Amino acid sequence: MQNLKDRSDPTDVEILGHDSDAMDQYLTFIMSDEEYGVDILSVQEIRGWESVTLIPNAPPHIKGVINLRGTIVPIIDLRQRFGLAKVEYGPLTVVIVLKVATRKGARVMGIVVDAVSDVYSLSSQDMKSAPDLGDHVNTSYIRGLVNVSNKMVILLDINELLGTDTIPEVSLSTLQEIKESTVNN
Amino acid sequence: MSIDLSQFHQVFFEESHEGLQIMEAGLLDLDCDNPDIDTINAIFRAAHSIKGSSGTFGFTEIAEFTHVLETLLDEVREGKRGLNPDILDLLLQSVDCLSSMLSALQNNEKFDKYQAKELVAKFNEILQSNMVKQVDSDSKKEEVNQPPEVVSNNALTTWNILFVPDLNLLRTGNEPARMLRELAKLGECTIKSDIKKLPEIGSVDPESCYISWSIILTSECDRSVIDEIFEWVIDDCEVIITETAGIFPEGQILKNERLLNQESKSNPALPETPVAQKKIEKPKSQAKENTKAAEATSIRVSIEKIDSLVNLVGELVITQSMLGQLGSEYDIGKVARLQEGLAQLEHNTRELQESVMRIRMLPISFTFSRFPRLVRDLSRQLGKKVEIKLTGEQTELDKTVMERIGDPLVHLVRNALDHGLESPQDRVAAGKPETGVIELKAFHQGGNIIIEITDDGRGLNKEKIRKKAIASGLIADQDHLSDEQVQDLMFQPGFSTADLVTDVSGRGVGMDVVRRNIQELSGSIEVNSREGQGSTFTIRLPLTLAILDGQLVQVGDQTYILPLVSIVESLQPDMKLINHVAGGCDVLRLRNEYIPIIKLFEVFNLKPESEDLADSLLVVVEVGNSKVALVVDELQGQQQVVIKSMETNYKKVEGVSGATILGDGTVSLILDVTDLIQLAGVIHQGKKGLKLISNREYAA
Repeated sequence: MQNLKDRSDPTDVEILGHDSDAMDQYLTFIMSDEEYGVDILSVQEIRGWESVTLIPNAPPHIKGVINLRGTIVPIIDLRQRFGLAKVEYGPLTVVIVLKVATRKGARVMGIVVDAVSDVYSLSSQDMKSAPDLGDHVNTSYIRGLVNVSNKMVILLDINELLGTDTIPEVSLSTLQEIKESTVNN
Repeated sequence: MSIDLSQFHQVFFEESHEGLQIMEAGLLDLDCDNPDIDTINAIFRAAHSIKGSSGTFGFTEIAEFTHVLETLLDEVREGKRGLNPDILDLLLQSVDCLSSMLSALQNNEKFDKYQAKELVAKFNEILQSNMVKQVDSDSKKEEVNQPPEVVSNNALTTWNILFVPDLNLLRTGNEPARMLRELAKLGECTIKSDIKKLPEIGSVDPESCYISWSIILTSECDRSVIDEIFEWVIDDCEVIITETAGIFPEGQILKNERLLNQESKSNPALPETPVAQKKIEKPKSQAKENTKAAEATSIRVSIEKIDSLVNLVGELVITQSMLGQLGSEYDIGKVARLQEGLAQLEHNTRELQESVMRIRMLPISFTFSRFPRLVRDLSRQLGKKVEIKLTGEQTELDKTVMERIGDPLVHLVRNALDHGLESPQDRVAAGKPETGVIELKAFHQGGNIIIEITDDGRGLNKEKIRKKAIASGLIADQDHLSDEQVQDLMFQPGFSTADLVTDVSGRGVGMDVVRRNIQELSGSIEVNSREGQGSTFTIRLPLTLAILDGQLVQVGDQTYILPLVSIVESLQPDMKLINHVAGGCDVLRLRNEYIPIIKLFEVFNLKPESEDLADSLLVVVEVGNSKVALVVDELQGQQQVVIKSMETNYKKVEGVSGATILGDGTVSLILDVTDLIQLAGVIHQGKKGLKLISNREYAA
């Protein structure tokens, strides 16, 4: 996170503050030292972690449901979703409440992440599509990869990631492979 | 066609259906020998307004049909013609016919013209000398089938244009005179100016435009040409362009006038022009929206209820501002006032909640009103004399519950008539009055609504039910059953009440369906019958589906809610009464029943306080015909909970029917007992001789 604040490299993409029509803003968050971004327009609010009501027999990454001003909102642990190591939730653990477009209409869901990082304005030209890793790796939930201050940010397509009932398999190895293939390029 | 009539169709259909209901109720009330003139007038008025409005909307077939009907009614009204049962029957049939025509139109389907024609022929037969001047119906039909938009471009069209410019029109650089000149170029043009708004000469602002114009333009031009002229001013001026049609000038003028009247009637608070103006801009999208609106159901709410809501909201705002003020300059000395304010807030909130819930409530007469007709028709068909009594029609019930209770009620009433009541001869022989009585009664009891259907017929023949049950293997020969248990058998699937009571073959829809429908509404049904004296079916329903009386139970660190209606009893288990059956299921012996035990912590994969049954509590719940005992750690309080769907943001969770928010703001899941049983894989081992046979087992 420290090196993000050092924005000296002029070849980097524009940082927040330069409004342009072609620019999309992304909210990024950190999970085990990787930075991920989601379209800021889909973010409803950011909350601290609070205890949830368990959903019986739900997959382990569905932590449960919370009461968001009268609405029942499911909470998804993105770490577990991505097959990353589980961490204890602490006072800094953050829940990002997102509005997800699904076939059955808009749904509100929360994702648990390690910490919220920054907001970037990115244009689609800065974005590189996720490398094709063959049939065995599903990358449809990755909208693209982008370089900010020499650090790769993975932009997620939350509608793909959370919108379907049958949640696609995502694993640590997938992300690892993506990382490796971009480094090689 | 500038004003899109289809937006009023929904209102028309609703009003017409209401009119038909009035007609039907009135016709059923009519006594042939001594007709009540007020009732006839009411029927006539209803028919007349249906005719009028269907004409307005171009539903010529309905208008024609009602016209014939109206002619006959008019004669009756003026005393020229006496009533007889045949005429009444014919009138009732035509009400049905109209109702099906309206429904067909509403769904954009083709309706059965044959039926209408047949009825019209019958009417004409009755009217005979007083033949109605029938306009050639074929040509009329063409008129209906032709959408008004398809006015050919070559035909001369007369446009009525009302142009009310904004005061600032001249300042924005627009020149009304130029527009009028342009219009005049298009064809024959009559322009009238309206100077009503012109102030006293001294206070005239030379730069303001006070004059408005109404223009009648007869031209070959297309609508778009006229729109183009007004293109620059349409956003800040009122421009109403109506077509008075080249083909049917008179009728169309009439239509438009009526339409405007109607609009101002239905929307007295709104000036009619802005509404019309919107239509000019997007007639097409509006039409699409309207078809959607036709599918959505609406609810009529009395002004009284709305007013009380407005009052309550007003009070709430006052309380809020009071609390707000208190909060901004708070010191510890004001605790008493704060508490007072909070108490008031609580009071306001509760009242508001109750009032909002009351909006969904409708009097049960909406459902009851169909029964007089049903009973009348059916009793004729069966050759029985029946009187129907309705009581408690004003009892209010949630709209959703009402919509879904209609069919089970119809079934029960038909049953009572068909199988319950005897023929007049049998009744006389049994020393009863010739006319049988079916009574429908609705009333509130606690948080429930009770509907009773009583007949004074022959009652249930318990011996016959027993024999039938033995024959079909539901019970064993030597089983001794209490009266209630025998009566309960008739709700078993596969039992035909017809077989039971009359040996006439039934229609195949069983009482089990009735019970299931009622249970889906979390209600219950009981029957109480005395042989020779009749039967009473008692339906108990929750007032609303949005709120539920729940028992809070704790399993591990989670709190769940059990619907109170499904709980039979709660007990501390006596280990001596618990047996372990091979196959992994524990069974509780409770009095004479064996009840399977479901461990919630096992089903939900939770860590309980203790896995030892002796330390837990058992809650016996009943669903359908089966009972199960749920193992929970602790029982907490009972409270009313507002049901929220899990499916809105997540998906259906097995074993859970919904969620709610507890007083401390946490979410608690509401258990669905039927689902739980399935989830636990416990299929009840029905002990023959006891009344427990689950539906699932029977089906297998």
